[in-house]
Amino acid sequence: MRRRPLGLLTIVAFGYAFLYVPILSVVIYSFNDSRLVTLWGGFSLRWYAHLLADDELLEAAFLSLRIAAVSATVATSLGALVALALHRLTRLRGRLLLSGMITAPLVMPEIITGLSLLFLFISMAEWIGWPATRGATTITIAHITFSMAYVVVVVRSRLAGMDESLEEAAMDLGGRPLTVFFDITVPMLLPALVSGWLLAFTLSLDDLVISSFVSGPGATTLPMLIFAKVRLGVTPDINAIATIIIALVIAGVVTAALLSGRRERATVR
Amino acid sequence: MSEDTTTRGGDPRRWLSRAVTLPYVWLLLFFLAPFLIILKISFAEPIVAQPPFTPLLEWGERGFEGLRTTFENYAFLFQDGYYGIIYLASLKMAAIGTLLCLLLGYPMAYFIARQPSRRRQVLLLAVILPFWISFLLRVYAWIGLLNNRGVINNVLMSLGVIDEPLTMLYNDFAVYIGIVYSYLPFMILPLYANLERLDVDLLDAAADLGAKRWQAFLDVTLPLSMPGIVGGCLLVFIPAVGEFTIPALLGGADTLMIGRVLWDEFFVSRDWPVASAVSIVLVLLLVAPIMWFQHVQSREQEAGR
Repeated sequence: MRRRPLGLLTIVAFGYAFLYVPILSVVIYSFNDSRLVTLWGGFSLRWYAHLLADDELLEAAFLSLRIAAVSATVATSLGALVALALHRLTRLRGRLLLSGMITAPLVMPEIITGLSLLFLFISMAEWIGWPATRGATTITIAHITFSMAYVVVVVRSRLAGMDESLEEAAMDLGGRPLTVFFDITVPMLLPALVSGWLLAFTLSLDDLVISSFVSGPGATTLPMLIFAKVRLGVTPDINAIATIIIALVIAGVVTAALLSGRRERATVR
Repeated sequence: MSEDTTTRGGDPRRWLSRAVTLPYVWLLLFFLAPFLIILKISFAEPIVAQPPFTPLLEWGERGFEGLRTTFENYAFLFQDGYYGIIYLASLKMAAIGTLLCLLLGYPMAYFIARQPSRRRQVLLLAVILPFWISFLLRVYAWIGLLNNRGVINNVLMSLGVIDEPLTMLYNDFAVYIGIVYSYLPFMILPLYANLERLDVDLLDAAADLGAKRWQAFLDVTLPLSMPGIVGGCLLVFIPAVGEFTIPALLGGADTLMIGRVLWDEFFVSRDWPVASAVSIVLVLLLVAPIMWFQHVQSREQEAGR
């Protein structure tokens, strides 16, 4: 007869409360009518209306979304190639260097990644005149570079459990490499590509440190704007932004979980 | 056309090895080169110019004339006790944050791993979900909670537990909370992956042989989950050492962490050579834990097969 481990249950309950109380409090206070963040002044949607009227903020949000979409797409394409090469080309020249360069960004402090990329862009501007100004392009390049590493991790774990015989069969039947790649390999990798893309998108949308280094005048991403606002003090409209993001993320994650759960059950049958 | 097919690329591996050149060059240019540049600038002298450092290679009329290096930036780091203290303080704060993370994460991972499959997935999802919500906003959320007139103080005061608000924000305590909160999923996932594989028969055997629950835990579960503990701890510790956002938003003026000092060195003092030297030393400090992590990872992968 096993005792019910009450101590363990308490810690676990505390852990989940610890994870969700901050999120919940932000959501609740986003509907607070009072300007004072700590006083409850009744229910109101005024901070959401405030957001819609804030051009600077909307601009930053659109810039961030654009950078995230482009960098996630490029990072997923390049990352998938690296993952495939590392998985299948055991005798690739410079394989060790490649695997080192693709793992290092995972553990490199962001602040150093940002600083070093800024130095690169400055040096390049001196030598070849490009990039003349820093902004959306340089941020996108930086985001591609670090999020690629995460895509590789996701795709490689999928490749490890994948059956290669389908591709071999297609090759035997005379399929051209590119056709086989897009007709067989890509669809088989699709779940990993989708989660890799979402991860890269999230990382890009969330990045403050690297963007702050490689950005220039006129290019302020959403995290940079939020950081500047928070440093000046807590403002209720950030609660509203946070709530919108939280709602989108929860909807996305729950949908993804339900979909993959259904797929798993389908394959079991 | 079928002949064309066989000659142009009967071997998809050749096609792949050509295609991978693109990301390869990308990484050389945007990951390796920047790092070499930082290394180079860390050996340069600061000057008042744009960019504010001397060139490493001297190019004269007859081309390359010499290499100009100075170890002054590094000498400065070691002579000036300030940086030594900050490195140690960052390592200490990251270590304490990691330990707290482990103390909370282990019981959670242990509990989740022992649930029926369906519930396990939901609980695990609940751990991962906050990770997808903006890191910056999650750190921000704590400002509203820990404030002198924040949610926690309000609740405690209205319950009569305390008379005066506790100072919980803008100090090391808040930074620890921030580290544990931000990195808890990174601790729980490797621990869970390890504990889930744990052979329950071993625990039953220990119980049959008369071991008490805590004895079985200490002698069987804990040693077997060591790879998970090490993996989780390093996943938290490595990014925590160079953390900027958490000390910048939750820390006090006296919370010295290297990421924040580096930021100020760059954006405020504009001493790029010293900022570069600070970065290089930080990377060197992290090499050992990173190598250890790689080692644990490859062993875990073998165990998983």
